[in-house]
Amino acid sequence: MSGHPSTYEPKYAATKWLDHRLPIIRMGADFMTFPSPRNLNYWYTFGGILTLCLVSQIITGIILAMHYVPHTELAFESVQRIRRDVPFGWLLQPMHAVGASMFFFAVYVHMFRGLYYGSYKAPREVLWIIGCLIYLVMMATGFLGYTLPWGQMSFWGATVITGFFGAVPVVGESLQQWLLGGYAVDNATLNRFFALHYLLPFVIAALVGVHVWALHHVGQNNPIGITPKTKKDTLSFHPYYTVKDAFAVVVFLLIFAFFLFYQPDALGHADNYIEADALKTPPHIVPEWYFLPFYAILRAVPDKLAGILLMLGAIAVLFVLPWLDTSKVRSMRFRPVARGFFWIFLFFCFILGWCGAETPDNMVPFLSVGDKGLNFTWLSRIATFYYFAYFVIILPILGLVEKPKDRPESITKAILGDSSHGAAVPAE
Amino acid sequence: MALKMKTAILTGAVTLVAAISGLAYAAGGGGTGDYKMEHKHWHFKGAFGTYDKAAAQRGYQVYREVCASCHALKHLSFRHLGDKGAPFYNEDFPNPNDNPLVKNFAADWTIEDIDTETGDVIERSGIPADKFPPIYPNEAAARAGNGGGLPPDLSVIVAARGGGADYLYNLMLAYDSPKPDDVELTPGLYYNPVMDGGKISMAAPLSDGLVEYAPMMVKNDAGEMVEVAAPEATVEQMAADVTEFLAWSSDPKLEQRKSAGFMTMLYLLILAVLLWFSYKRVWKDVEH
Repeated sequence: MSGHPSTYEPKYAATKWLDHRLPIIRMGADFMTFPSPRNLNYWYTFGGILTLCLVSQIITGIILAMHYVPHTELAFESVQRIRRDVPFGWLLQPMHAVGASMFFFAVYVHMFRGLYYGSYKAPREVLWIIGCLIYLVMMATGFLGYTLPWGQMSFWGATVITGFFGAVPVVGESLQQWLLGGYAVDNATLNRFFALHYLLPFVIAALVGVHVWALHHVGQNNPIGITPKTKKDTLSFHPYYTVKDAFAVVVFLLIFAFFLFYQPDALGHADNYIEADALKTPPHIVPEWYFLPFYAILRAVPDKLAGILLMLGAIAVLFVLPWLDTSKVRSMRFRPVARGFFWIFLFFCFILGWCGAETPDNMVPFLSVGDKGLNFTWLSRIATFYYFAYFVIILPILGLVEKPKDRPESITKAILGDSSHGAAVPAE
Repeated sequence: MALKMKTAILTGAVTLVAAISGLAYAAGGGGTGDYKMEHKHWHFKGAFGTYDKAAAQRGYQVYREVCASCHALKHLSFRHLGDKGAPFYNEDFPNPNDNPLVKNFAADWTIEDIDTETGDVIERSGIPADKFPPIYPNEAAARAGNGGGLPPDLSVIVAARGGGADYLYNLMLAYDSPKPDDVELTPGLYYNPVMDGGKISMAAPLSDGLVEYAPMMVKNDAGEMVEVAAPEATVEQMAADVTEFLAWSSDPKLEQRKSAGFMTMLYLLILAVLLWFSYKRVWKDVEH
């Protein structure tokens, strides 16, 4: 599976026998000794954190599925039953709900990390694209799962999102009905959403396997983006990065536990404690926080279809990013101009999230006086423009005109300067 | 490295706070006119908060004698009242079905059932295993009995309102605020500035002395049984008590969750320290 020469030697007759037939122990051993750049910082621990998130969501999810009832008349009640009567249900149900938020938080850090250090550039294009696919399936899973508790936001969120499909020219209406299994979000919808919500995490798990495979084939990127050249530039994954990842995971779990035990509802919406009612539209329909930036992009234009195309485009553009960024220099550390644009990009992503949570006609505080000034529609238009401009204008042009800073020859030299003979590289 | 890690954690925290404030923004609103929400200090807030059992017990009385004429508690069973962390928990009766108070409360309600011999619909008194029964046979009947308004189920009402306990408490107190001229009321609607739009179908439910509180024996925070004198049944007192009860009903495992949370955080904190030193040890000879 990995691209480095195997150092595993089976010691016993049984392991030798197995190694000839299925080198599974070898695979594990190679995984643990995988040479990783020695300069990986804490931003590189989120891959491990995300794996933990996926495992946690699958385990809690399977147990919840044993008690949850996917029926419009019973779903809301069954969630209450889980929280009140099922042993440890009071822990598992919020762990799954808060876990979804933590999962998205981690994936956003992981993606921005990739953007900053140029982890999508050759030879990691396929690795990046698989990552984008994982993110896409995660979004679908998150959306489907949010429907299941059958609260007001579940129902109306599902109604709004599936309504987009109705905007597709010609086939829109029949496509929407096919997806819903009827004319509106109802029992058939809830049933298929539950089935798919159970299926997709395993698709994610499979994609994660391919993601890690690709990672081990091309090797990890690193904060300076210089490919490791000698053995000195790398460290064995275990124990160096297992211990570093473990520390980061526990810090992450502390944040997770804080929300889980002390603020379990802070990341959700109060309206989802009201049972779904098809006859009563909530005053503000908002998606979960992790979809807010895309929701803002969707609402930035008055035309429904154009909005959907923009929203899909916002994700699609990530897939072609490796070919949009023309710079050969991976890490933003050596691209002072691009780095500035990156931070502005991050800023506008937060602005988009803010816009997504607000009523579009409301005026923006600090940027308006009375009804004069900027409203949220216009703010989201500005932010949407920058979002796309960053990918299709700034990065392509900047790669051609920007003069990057001098880069060190190797990772080891970057750390130790030119007098690299003092480097104590431990035996692996 | 430590500095970088701090940056990482800080950035993470900032991201989360930004996300939450965004949501808080979305969830805000409510309230018209000049009414100023009173933010009460609830006993169940904070990292070690627990429900004020005496208040929650009185709150059950208010629910039973006042709210229950219109509002159901459909997600609750009577036995829940005697669960650990619940208002009427008694450690002599770890199985709440044996708790005499819970039995009495259940017996106080009439439950519709089927006679297994004849198949006839019969009425019997409740037992702890029963759920709180519906107040109206169906939604149409509920609306017909309330001038078109539908009294919401109260099982999770505190969680279902953006303002939580403060919202519910203020809703019951805000009835006597003066109505602004731009709010027009049709018959069957009342002015209440805490409601979105200022209109509510429920008439002011509480008035001073509406229920008669009795002194009660309650376990204090130190675990001793003490007699709690009956407070005067003012509107404020009853509103606070029933809010305490309904807050428990919305989040009945709050006490278990917070104590498990404390142990979990402590465990993770120690583990983090140990892993930090392990990390330092493993990386001792590696410059990076």
